[in-house]
Amino acid sequence: MAAALPLALVVLLLLGPGGPALAEPPRDSLREELVITPLPSGDVAATFQFRTRWDSELQREGVSHYRLFPKALGQLISKYSLRELHLSFTQGFWRTRYWGPPFLQAPSGAELWVWFQDTVTDVDKSWKELSNVLSGIFCASLNFIDSTNTVTPTASFKPLGVANDTDHYFLRYAVLPREVVCTENLTPWKKLLPCSSKAGLSVLLKADRLFHTSYHSQAVHIRPVCRNARCTSISWELRQTLSVVFDAFVTGQGKKDWSLFRMFSRTLTEPCPLASESRVYVDITNYSQDNETLEVNPPPTTTYQDVILGTRRTYAVYDLLDTALINNSRNLNLQLKWKKPPENGYIHYQPAQDRLQPHLLEMLIQLPANSVTKVSIQFERALLKWTEYTPDPNHGFYVSPSVLSALVPSLVAAKPVDWEGSPLFNTLFPVSDGSSYFVRLYTEPLLVNLPTPDFSMPYNVICLTCTVVAVCYGSFYNLLTRTFHIEEPSKGGLAKRLANLIRRARGVPPL
Amino acid sequence: MAAAGAAATDLEVVRGKRAALFFAAVAIVLGLPLWWKTTETYRAPLPYSQIGGLNALQLRLMVPVTVVFTRESVPLDDQEKLPFTVVHEREIPLKYKMKIKCRFQKAYRRALDHEEEALSLGNVQEAEAMLAEPQEQAEGSLTVYVISEHSSLLPQDMMSYIGPKRTAVVRGIMHREAFNIIGRRIVQVAQAMSLTEDVLAAALADHLPEDKWSSDKRRPLKSSLGYEITFSLLNPDPRSHDVHWDIEGAVRHYVQPFLNALSVAGNFSVDSQILYYAMLGVNPRFDPASSSYYLDMHSLPHVINPVESRLGSSAASLYPVLNFLLYVPELAHSPLYIQDKDGVPVATNAFHSPRWGGIMVYNVDSKAYNGSELPVRVEVDMVRVMEVFLAQLRLLFGIAQPHLPPKCLLSGPKSEGLMTWELDQLLWARSVENLATATTTLTSLAQLLGKISNIVIKDDVASEVYKAVAAVQKAAEELASGHLASAFVASQEAVTSSERAFFDPSLLHLLYFPDDQKFAIYIPLFLPMAVPILLSLVKIFLETRKSWKKPEKID
Repeated sequence: MAAALPLALVVLLLLGPGGPALAEPPRDSLREELVITPLPSGDVAATFQFRTRWDSELQREGVSHYRLFPKALGQLISKYSLRELHLSFTQGFWRTRYWGPPFLQAPSGAELWVWFQDTVTDVDKSWKELSNVLSGIFCASLNFIDSTNTVTPTASFKPLGVANDTDHYFLRYAVLPREVVCTENLTPWKKLLPCSSKAGLSVLLKADRLFHTSYHSQAVHIRPVCRNARCTSISWELRQTLSVVFDAFVTGQGKKDWSLFRMFSRTLTEPCPLASESRVYVDITNYSQDNETLEVNPPPTTTYQDVILGTRRTYAVYDLLDTALINNSRNLNLQLKWKKPPENGYIHYQPAQDRLQPHLLEMLIQLPANSVTKVSIQFERALLKWTEYTPDPNHGFYVSPSVLSALVPSLVAAKPVDWEGSPLFNTLFPVSDGSSYFVRLYTEPLLVNLPTPDFSMPYNVICLTCTVVAVCYGSFYNLLTRTFHIEEPSKGGLAKRLANLIRRARGVPPL
Repeated sequence: MAAAGAAATDLEVVRGKRAALFFAAVAIVLGLPLWWKTTETYRAPLPYSQIGGLNALQLRLMVPVTVVFTRESVPLDDQEKLPFTVVHEREIPLKYKMKIKCRFQKAYRRALDHEEEALSLGNVQEAEAMLAEPQEQAEGSLTVYVISEHSSLLPQDMMSYIGPKRTAVVRGIMHREAFNIIGRRIVQVAQAMSLTEDVLAAALADHLPEDKWSSDKRRPLKSSLGYEITFSLLNPDPRSHDVHWDIEGAVRHYVQPFLNALSVAGNFSVDSQILYYAMLGVNPRFDPASSSYYLDMHSLPHVINPVESRLGSSAASLYPVLNFLLYVPELAHSPLYIQDKDGVPVATNAFHSPRWGGIMVYNVDSKAYNGSELPVRVEVDMVRVMEVFLAQLRLLFGIAQPHLPPKCLLSGPKSEGLMTWELDQLLWARSVENLATATTTLTSLAQLLGKISNIVIKDDVASEVYKAVAAVQKAAEELASGHLASAFVASQEAVTSSERAFFDPSLLHLLYFPDDQKFAIYIPLFLPMAVPILLSLVKIFLETRKSWKKPEKID
């Protein structure tokens, strides 16, 4: 519908241009950061943080001009008088037992908590409208937030930013645990980044890899922070964080090695030109005690040491703004290799695909003597499509038995068998030597009771009730409308006539 | 014994018949209405006849024109007749169900002393400044001053003059038919300043049948309570260009005065943003002759879509958004020019998209690349940019170039870039458009209710409908009596109420309740109950007919 238009410039601009403000320090800045932490369980956690800081009083100015700060969120702050906003979308659960403490954990599903300014008169109305708008911006079902799942905590959830007073009347908190996080939530989140996903660390944010992980959590945090050390004025800070845990151990066939390309299927090619700081940190703490069992490639130029979450840690630091880092090889593909492979053993896991293939889990393990080894698999019950239920679904569904194949050391050393000469029952499994024998054991099949819906309950109820009503009504109706009269002896039926015919033939008087 | 038995049987038969009839009666008299009432969808009463009447509404748009005669403008004996009032009415031919009549009510009077004095000055601008002071004119009204035939107020070859406010000047004539001739001139001038067919056709573009020029007419934004204006600077190549624009200053100096003048027509909010790595959807072609790149006209429609997803518009408000994009092409595609359909580069290097906004391509001066390393610092010349964007803004609001009568002088623009009578023109158009929209919405709601019986109408929806109908009628009355400002307010109210009623979510509550499921639920109850009643009714009917026929046989 566009039309090239030779514009007739009827508007004469009589006023002179306001002198362009030169040499003014940028009022907003961007820092980006990626922390890669190999976890004790063999998985790898990657935490992205993008921080946009804006030295502006969003609420005071009538006209707002945005540069790095996204307009969509800035408008929210001024329209709904927000003081702080924290929104997270999470798929999966951070397993502190196996993975250690997280930098920032978030509950499964969607979590939203907001501090409003004390100038807001109707907090509940603003909260409702805000959640609706956010649901539009992030393509999530935040519009299901209503009074039934909103609380106002009084002790927890203090403001994270600058705050003069903390009247809990202006705080609202809600969680939607069943919110499923998917690509459609990530895309709008990426659009808020100044470099979109074209340059810098955000190049790595490729949806099909990020959602192929055991844990995915993306969040948006907006808060006011001090602009300078004396805190005379405030700035707005937007932090976009994204943490994922890659199941490197399982997908890598038991090896703990990783590289940026293997995790994200991308490498870093250029820094975001808008960022004032762009760094990658790799946690190399756990391994340096263990005497050079791993190597990071390319070797880091600097390291960073600090006490983080209660332990002393060492990080290898890569600064993307350092031109030498990328220019040498055109791209940066961080790699971590173990020099000594970890304990032997083998795990092969092939995840199921719905309605296509089952799960397969194979483990090669060496069991210590006189020990109990327990392999347990968690599963969750799901409802099938209603056409997929077998006849008699209440019986349950079978899970095929697991198989245990073992070479058991023999108590008595047997002499090497003669393959052809020995009895048939002894030669089913080939055995290499006499010191052990082969056994394959099967466990019982598992009968799982899936939740079964009552397929026809509502209609049954209707039909049953109607039938009862109809039967009662029918007999009542019959009783009232039927005519009862005394049966008069009739001339007889067919049998009587037949009998009379025979009697007449015999000459006997009829009945 | 037998007789007694027969009598008892007869009694029993009659009782049975009565019982059956009673059942049928209860089912019909009590059961059916009860069922009907309990399963009925609630519908508050609506003013259907008034809604139907809106379609045949006659809009009479009255423009009050005060005509002031100076001493030597008309012959003396004609001056004796003043003051008096002439009405000039004509129908505006549009293919629209509403009849629209335009009515110029000309109140002729003699000039007052200070007006004589002002009009005897040598310069139009000075005269205007002197006339403007005493009183402010109401919205929609016009004042036309008739000056003497040989007055030097206007250049000699000009017959009339249209001022920036609500005033105009027309030359008089010494002639027997002076009033008639001057009256025609006045109507010409007044039409140019208030209502023309084109303005109304553009306002009603959505409601008129398609024809060949309608796509051009659909350029203006639809009427709304408010508008959001977003200026976006697109920098697809921040590695090569470090672009700075002084948008705060530009908005303060150029946009805000214009919007202040327009503020009667709605609420405006302005913001701006810079988007990095935002590409156009089309790869520009290379032109070896001028070693530049160009976008030809048929590829322009594809430019907008990929950018649109990053604009982040309308997050926090329901108002329509006007986007103005300033695109600084990446280094690899510079300089970039837009070509019109003849292949000639467009002078402004800009284009606009109807009801969406405008795009301007801003090429970086090629000298800037010499000697300096990337990124190059680019300061945008905001005067050049704002000239284009303001011109586009006028077009998108439907403020077109006026059709001037011959030999007419148009005053220079005011500093805001908008003349007062242009604003009036906009208000006329918007009021008519609002009325048409509200009428269409109400009519479709009424039609929909007639067609789909499952729609629920709650009391609050009904009250919105009543409000909308009343507001439409009020707006029409105000238009007919020449009160433009209050008519515009009423028409906005009509649109708001009618849309609120039409889009109320409670309308949809029972919409998806299919008939086959209803029958599946009713049949198990209704069939066993209805069959005995029907059978006994048939039996009773047959028996009565038999008993009627019997007496005939005896005869």
